[in-house]
Amino acid sequence: MNMKKYALDLIVAAVETPREGYVLLRLTHDETLPEMLPGQFVEVQVRGSETTFLRRPISINYVDRVNNELWLLVHVVGEGTRAMASLKAGDTLNCVFPLGNGFTVPAGTGKKVLLVGGGVGTAPLLYHGETLRAAGHCPVFLLGGRTEADLMQLEHFRRYGEVLLTTEDGSVGTKGFVTHHPVWEEQQFDLVATCGPKPMMVAVARMAKAKGTECEVSLENLMACGLGACLCCVEKTHEGNVCVCKDGPVFNINQLTWQI
Amino acid sequence: MANLSVNIGAMSLKNPVMTASGTFGYGLEFADFIDLNELGGFIVKGTTLNPREGNDYPRMAETAGGMLNCVGLQNKGVDYFCEKIYPQLEGLDTNVLVNVSGSTPEDYAECAARIDALPGIPAIELNISCPNVKNGGMAFGVTCEGAAAVVKAVRQAYHKTLIVKLSPNVTNIADIARAVEAEGADSVSLINTLMGMSIDIERRRSRLSIGTGGLSGPCVKPVALRMVWQVAKAVNIPVVGLGGIMNATDAIEFLMAGATAIEIGTANFIDPAITVKVVRGINEWLDAHGCKDVHEIIGALEV
Repeated sequence: MNMKKYALDLIVAAVETPREGYVLLRLTHDETLPEMLPGQFVEVQVRGSETTFLRRPISINYVDRVNNELWLLVHVVGEGTRAMASLKAGDTLNCVFPLGNGFTVPAGTGKKVLLVGGGVGTAPLLYHGETLRAAGHCPVFLLGGRTEADLMQLEHFRRYGEVLLTTEDGSVGTKGFVTHHPVWEEQQFDLVATCGPKPMMVAVARMAKAKGTECEVSLENLMACGLGACLCCVEKTHEGNVCVCKDGPVFNINQLTWQI
Repeated sequence: MANLSVNIGAMSLKNPVMTASGTFGYGLEFADFIDLNELGGFIVKGTTLNPREGNDYPRMAETAGGMLNCVGLQNKGVDYFCEKIYPQLEGLDTNVLVNVSGSTPEDYAECAARIDALPGIPAIELNISCPNVKNGGMAFGVTCEGAAAVVKAVRQAYHKTLIVKLSPNVTNIADIARAVEAEGADSVSLINTLMGMSIDIERRRSRLSIGTGGLSGPCVKPVALRMVWQVAKAVNIPVVGLGGIMNATDAIEFLMAGATAIEIGTANFIDPAITVKVVRGINEWLDAHGCKDVHEIIGALEV
């Protein structure tokens, strides 16, 4: 997959705070936004501080073609993401995108795909769910958080498929981790796609393996260039070290050397 | 429009702007953002005789005004470059250089000899300054004897323009420059990265898998500029300057310090189109200051 990449000054159309500690940036452009695939990401330039020298890789949350918007859901964890959270409508944000390889959209129609997200890792699953639904597949979302306040955009997810929830404190949905949800026993899936903390993805991959289901994981290794040039973000695979930015961020679990 | 062309050894460049090895992939990664033919040249990633997996992850840590890396020369070997990559670069109207590294003088020479056979590669940059590999790399570049031994071996095997990339992690970089000039290097490029560290205090561990890494970015520019100035005074061969160049002003500083050409490295990660912007910026500055030729500012520092 070799899609043309762009470096564009996008305009901030709106900044929303879906939950405390998170920010949703809705970005637009004078011209029609380029083609993007679910699971791909954007390298965002953060200006104004010498300690946010490098771009920040942020996954594509959603592409609103009607309003020509690209959505980025950002967990505010450090100086770079705080700077993003302080953006105002009308500001510009330089973005290099679309980067990397996305999730697999199966051939044919009617496939059941379980999309498992944890925390801000739910972000790319919204656009993936929409794409799967538009292709005639049946996405089911299994979203987990520590508490109810970690779960966002549920009304958007529900447009594209069934939404199942887990929280560690039991404040909403099934109490426990995503792997504790009864859906794993009750339903069969053709494919599992997951994004979130690595321990969660390892557990999801184990569960998928036990069920004999193919599984794709989305990684977020520290990276610099985002283009496959600097070789900083490597992940070990059965074919040696590969760049998460260019050869990922989505990998079939069988490519990786994770112990599952 | 001033004349921007410069010569490094037998290689002629349409302008003095090249890219630093390891920051520009094989060039093709940047083809969506710039016309590669607008560059004076670009230097593809460090290539060794045999494939190398490089160091373990994590290989990168952001720092104030820059970054540390300990990639460790991951590459698929010189034969992969010759067979798979070179055919994709052959038709370009710019200078494509290969950065060559190794563990022994013989390794370097054999790798260089295979690249000598490629008609579309007018020069190599010899990396005797990588801080991230155990054997070879910087070990050669920190003594005059080690640097001379590698250059001597390569000079016998390689007949085109030979640029030697110097390490800043030495007590007197001008001495090393003189040593490689004496063995027949056509040019020196400097600086490679400065060895550094970053610690995650919560984990009490280095942020880099091998403990240390090479520092690059605008934070190293003053050091790089000073070393370019010192080396340009010490040798009679052209100097290629690099280290933290982020814009045309930075590039012009290096030219005034005595560099005949410059390389842009880490800035490619911030703006993938920065190289052509620097070419245009140098040209605009020369026009605005009534300079007809870039040579009017090379080494023009007044003291």
